[in-house]
Amino acid sequence: MPETRAAIQTAVPPVSLRRRVTDRFMTFAAVATVVIVLAPLIAIFGYLVYRGVGSINWAFLTQTPKPVGEAGGGMANAIMGSVFILGIGSAIVVPLGIGAGIYLAEFGRNRFGAIIRFTGDVLNGVPSIVVGIVAYSIVVLYQRHFSALAGGVALAIMMVPTICRTTEEMLLLVPQALREAAYGLGVPRWRTTLSITLRTATSGVITGVMLAFARVAGETAPLLFTAFGNQFWNFHYDQPTAALPLQIFVYAISPYDEWHRQAWAGALVLIVLIVTAVAAVRYVVRRGSFGTA
Amino acid sequence: MAPLRHLSGGEIPDRVFKFAMSACGLSVLGLLILIVYELATRSGLSWHAFGFRFFKATDWDPVNEQFGALPFIYGTIISSVLALMIAVPLAIGVAVFTTEMCPKKLRGPLSFFVELLAAIPSVIYGLWAIFVLVPLLSGYVQPFLAKTLGWTGLFEGPPYGIGMLAAGIILAIMIVPIISSITREVLMVVPQHQREGVLALGATRWEMIRVGVLRNARAGILGGIILGLGRALGETMAVTMVIGNRPEIAKSLFAPGYTMASVLANEFSEATGDVYLSALIEIGLALFLVTIIVNALAQLLVWTVTRGQPARGHA
Repeated sequence: MPETRAAIQTAVPPVSLRRRVTDRFMTFAAVATVVIVLAPLIAIFGYLVYRGVGSINWAFLTQTPKPVGEAGGGMANAIMGSVFILGIGSAIVVPLGIGAGIYLAEFGRNRFGAIIRFTGDVLNGVPSIVVGIVAYSIVVLYQRHFSALAGGVALAIMMVPTICRTTEEMLLLVPQALREAAYGLGVPRWRTTLSITLRTATSGVITGVMLAFARVAGETAPLLFTAFGNQFWNFHYDQPTAALPLQIFVYAISPYDEWHRQAWAGALVLIVLIVTAVAAVRYVVRRGSFGTA
Repeated sequence: MAPLRHLSGGEIPDRVFKFAMSACGLSVLGLLILIVYELATRSGLSWHAFGFRFFKATDWDPVNEQFGALPFIYGTIISSVLALMIAVPLAIGVAVFTTEMCPKKLRGPLSFFVELLAAIPSVIYGLWAIFVLVPLLSGYVQPFLAKTLGWTGLFEGPPYGIGMLAAGIILAIMIVPIISSITREVLMVVPQHQREGVLALGATRWEMIRVGVLRNARAGILGGIILGLGRALGETMAVTMVIGNRPEIAKSLFAPGYTMASVLANEFSEATGDVYLSALIEIGLALFLVTIIVNALAQLLVWTVTRGQPARGHA
């Protein structure tokens, strides 16, 4: 009916120029924000690669720092120190965090579970420097000196929310039918949870742990007065230990060009480790059986 | 059932298992209580010595054991607010672009790159800020701002680069990913028929976004912004490296400042004397309480919109 169409067309006036211009302008503005946000990302990575690649060499990866004024030396002890501290932290937190995740997924579908969940979210927002104070206060003050253990405790506290939350999410993705099948066979609940549910969700749980690693691997603030840093090798849990982010910080604010160079190299190593972990996690989450996560 | 139960070891292992897992869950709560307890008891000395004056006094004099935290509180608030002013429009723009405007194919990579910003450690932001951002500010941006907006008094003084402005900008870069990822999540739960309804009324795309999407998602976006604020308040390393670390209250954004987190980073391991240490821990306690309240508020706001789906601030 052409008459009705004409009626509709007259009833809906054409979009005014002002509205069309506003629409165009806002689209342009949104694109502009994306460009502005991505610019520093590209600038940071570009500069990091540019300065870092030129400074990384075999000595950097295998030697300990040289005294000020001497060229050469490296951050090998800091890289291993970071691994050591992370190892201590994860030894403390991985069983605990996974346990808490199991509790939330299997027993915590109630008000108390909601409280724990909320607590986890709140812990996630605690400033890392405050976590450092707490680790200082519960470990360093008793040991009476800085130590790798204190650094590990600090990182452990920071990893709790991530591990706990992802474990819960991954366990909840395991189909209920699997649990029921196990119960039907007479398998007790603890056995079902550990050998069926947790086992099915293993790749997802590992993903969570990796995410937590990636999150704390670059943390500097909580290590300042716990692990403290060290110019030499250390593998004693109760001695001050070097860590990669700490070393980058100290070198970055120093006045020496040689140290600046090494800070960039250290930063490149750190970012490569972290981005690899994050990308791997993304890949596993996408491709694995937990695509809906 | 009974014989089967018996076969599988009875109820005892199940109870033990449930107990052990509950203990793990409880330890999360215990951890939070431990943090509060440690901070509260160890800051007692300072609280007794200075009382509420601690938060109003501006003198920070470790030698004479006189401590006032106002310059740090001021620096924390100003740098965070500055960061929000820069980051909020950008983050919302990015979120709107990714959910409403960009081709589907671009969505994944774009959000991945923005999330990559969140994965960069604070200390690397600081390193970059010292060697790239600060020279850029002192060489180009600050002289320009001083010339054009110097009359406001906010952009006065020598353009050293290092100072409140640099801290605000680096913080803004760091909190954009959080605000934008939460905004994106919130925008995605706005029902499709809202968009279609507004479009059917003859709205342009921008009008649809403004009326149909952003207005519906207000509470959640606000939650994202507050979560970003929480992150900015507690951010330590990058700020410490560029803010100048001087406990002064200055109007100009070019002037150096100091934040609560940075004073902890710089002075904690060298604090001699119990009152000094206690005063620093009291700053930590104040910072903790403020970020907790801010974060809890943000979580609640985001929850009301996404209904129980967790908000992801980090990682």
